[in-house]
Formats: sequence, C-alpha cells, structure tokens
Amino acid sequence: MDFSIISDNIGIYFIGLKNTLILVSSSLFIGLIFAVPLAVLRTSKNIIISGPIRAYVYFFRGTPLLVQMFLIYYGMGQFESVKTSFLWTFFKEPYFCALFAFMLNTCAYTVEIIRGAIENTPHGEVEAAKAAGMSLYLRFTRIILPSSFRRALPTYGNEIIFMLHASSLASVITIIDITGAARIINSRYYSPYEAYLTAGAFYLTITFILVWLLKKLEYRWLAHLRRE
Amino acid sequence: MDKHQTALSVEDLHKRFGNVEVLKGISLTASKGDVISILGSSGSGKSTLLRCINFLEMPDRGKIIVGGEEILMETNKKGVNRPKDIKQIERIRTKLAMVFQQFNLWSHMTILENVIEAPVHVLKIPKAKALERAKYYLDKVGIGEKLSAYPAQLSGGQQQRAAIARALAVEPDVMLFDEPTSALDPELVGEVLQVIRNLAREGRTMIVVTHEMGFAKDVSTRVIFLHNGLIEEDGAPAMVFGNPKSDRFREFIAVAE
Repeated sequence: MDFSIISDNIGIYFIGLKNTLILVSSSLFIGLIFAVPLAVLRTSKNIIISGPIRAYVYFFRGTPLLVQMFLIYYGMGQFESVKTSFLWTFFKEPYFCALFAFMLNTCAYTVEIIRGAIENTPHGEVEAAKAAGMSLYLRFTRIILPSSFRRALPTYGNEIIFMLHASSLASVITIIDITGAARIINSRYYSPYEAYLTAGAFYLTITFILVWLLKKLEYRWLAHLRRE
Repeated sequence: MDKHQTALSVEDLHKRFGNVEVLKGISLTASKGDVISILGSSGSGKSTLLRCINFLEMPDRGKIIVGGEEILMETNKKGVNRPKDIKQIERIRTKLAMVFQQFNLWSHMTILENVIEAPVHVLKIPKAKALERAKYYLDKVGIGEKLSAYPAQLSGGQQQRAAIARALAVEPDVMLFDEPTSALDPELVGEVLQVIRNLAREGRTMIVVTHEMGFAKDVSTRVIFLHNGLIEEDGAPAMVFGNPKSDRFREFIAVAE
C-alpha cells in the first residue's frame, strides 16, 4: 500500500469535496423549499390537488436514483424538441442533470417526511388553534408546521446523510465529486484500495460533522420534549 | 330581555353524527355574568353542544347569536349546513375562549408563548402589551413562575391553569369549559376548580360542561341537565337540586352522590 499517491494528489479530492458539498447542499436546500408547500397540499382532501403530488412521490421513491439520473442525463437528449430548445443548455450539462435528479429525489422523500409529521400533529392542538380564532394560514404557519418540523427533524437528518452518500452516483456521469476523484486516482495508478479508502474517509468525516450538527439542532429544537 | 345583556344565545340547535341525533333542538340564553353548568351522563350531547357553540362541530340546524351578532349559515349543494363566511366564525371565536379537557396547549411553545400567541397573532395586540397581559393572567392562575417552561414539563393541573390563562388572555366575552377537570388526577382537581371558581366570582360569563356536582351546586347561577340531546332540567341550582322535576335528573344526582 502506498498512500503517497494520495498525498501527492490530495488536490483532486478537495475539488471532489467542493463538488459533493455544492451538489448535496443545493439539492437538499431546493428540495426542502419545494417539499414544504407540496407536503401541505399533499394533506388536502381534494384528490385533484393531492393526487399529482402522490404520483410524483410514488415515482421518485419507487425507482432507483441512478435510473432517475440516467433518464434525465441520457434520456433528455433523445428528444429533438428538448435538444433544439433553450432547455438543452441545461440538460447537456452533467452537473445540472445530477443536481436536478438529486433535487427531485430528495424533494419526494422530504414531502413524505413532512406529510407524516403534519398528520401526526396532535388533533387537540389544532382544535385549540381553531378555537383561538386562527385562520387556516395561521394554523399552518404558527402551529402545525413549527410543530411538524420539530417532529420531522430526526428523520430529515437521516435524509441528509442518505443524500450525501447517494450523491456518489454523480461520479457515474463524469462529475468529479469525492467518488469521482477516487475513480480518477484509481484509474491513474490502479490502486483501488488507497483511492476509495480515502474517499470513504472524506464521507465519514462529513457524516461525523453532520451528525454532530444535527444533535445540536435537535437539542435546541426538541427542548419541549425534555422533562426537567 | 334587553339585547345588550345577552352574551350568547342558542336557538333550536340540532346535530347528528351519521344516524345518531346527538342534539335534538337545544335552546338556551346566557346573560352577561351567568355561570351555566351543563350536566349530563356521557353521550347526552353536552360536549357536542359546547363544541357547536364555537363551531368546532358544525350544527346541522339552529341559530347561534354571540353578543347580538347572528352567525350566518348556508346550505351547500350536498345539503350540508355550513358557515357562510369563515372570517365571521374566526372573529366570533376570539370572543368565545375555550378550555379543553385535555388542555391542548401548543407543545412546542413555552407557557408564555402559548398565552401571547392569540393576542399577538390573531388580535394583533402589540407584543409588549400582550406580554404584560400574559404575565398578569399567569400570576392570576398561580403559575407566574412557570413562564418559560414547556407544557410537557408541567403537571396536569398546572397545564390546565396555563390553558385557562391562555383563554383569559384574549379577554373573551364568554368562556367555554369542556370538562376542565376530567383528565386530572384527583389531587389536582381542586387547584383548577379554585381558579374557575374565582373567575365565576368576578362575574365572567361562563358555560361549564362538568361532572363536578359540588361546583355546579355552589358556583353556577344556572344548571342545565341534558339527556338524549334534549334539555331535561334548567334552572337555578337551589331549585334544580332541591326540587328536580325530571326523574332522570333525580337518578343522575343519586348516582353521582
């Protein structure tokens, strides 16, 4: 084993780290922004509103992320109408395709996480909000969502870590993320052990920091569940 | 009767759940300062009556008039009775504060946040004033030192007192109590009843659904006994308890004692 090839090429891992962090954080962020209103609409009793959201969530949770990414990256190029339109400036870029796939995927999971939390809001608390004269909008923004986000936090933490690891799939479509960097080193020196072990160490470190941050956040946000 | 003195009136209220008609035409009028205890065995419709008054349940038929303002209802295409203007209901609800059996404090908020929530966000009272008011009412119910606690950290009795402070903070015209002591351990019932008693003495208009006979007898200005969705007995406590007209109420008292 020769880890000097890693220290000589550590720069490429840092490029990979940067790409992984950008891909994961922006897809999580955009996914969450869309997931909140979708989750609220998903709880609607009107099937015309909740139906399409249900179908979207079903598709993106029911198929592998890799398939979704291939459909977007390879599949879009098959349509002349896409290729000749302005959309092609985006869909020809692997970076955009990966981001788009990740965003759609994490959004679907997040919709389900938040929907579950919304539906578990204690019924009595919603009634108390009604009885206090709150409008539907106030009930959601003041009572149901703040309480749901707290309940959803531990599960959403899992989703963040899942997304971090799933982002390694981006390397399949030529993106240099952490895994992509390891692939380059491996193909250059044919030393898979050193190359992928280093990638693993990067993921482990990020996960460690994420878990620590989530724990801090849970301590603050879930203070109301502690009895002291 | 002078309209000005009528805080609340209910006319010919009907409510059914599926095939079961829970309320079969209830009429009652509460004047300002009335403390009305509603008694009845479980299934008599007493909680449903209270919940219809602030539209947590939609009555099928009948009128509700709060402070002289009638709540407008309409029948939709499916023949379901529902409010014409939800904004009116929301406005009326701020005049009818409710205290629930299960307290129903908002668990992610501190006690103080619970109490200022409706004044600040529904009534749009300046926060400084709402805080001042909240502290006043929390002191009044005896938990002024628990401002920053979360509901889960308090006993049932303390939670219910906080819920009463939350109801008081909107300075309602009528307070509705839905079995406020039924979920409490026996040793905690006294502290909550004491708070409600003090409010009654201040001349607040209250409608209290309860199982506490002592409370009904000593504190209320009027007792109503519901049976099978109808009012069976209605009058001053001395009269109702001293000389009950209905056999069922006589049985009810006998069982309770």
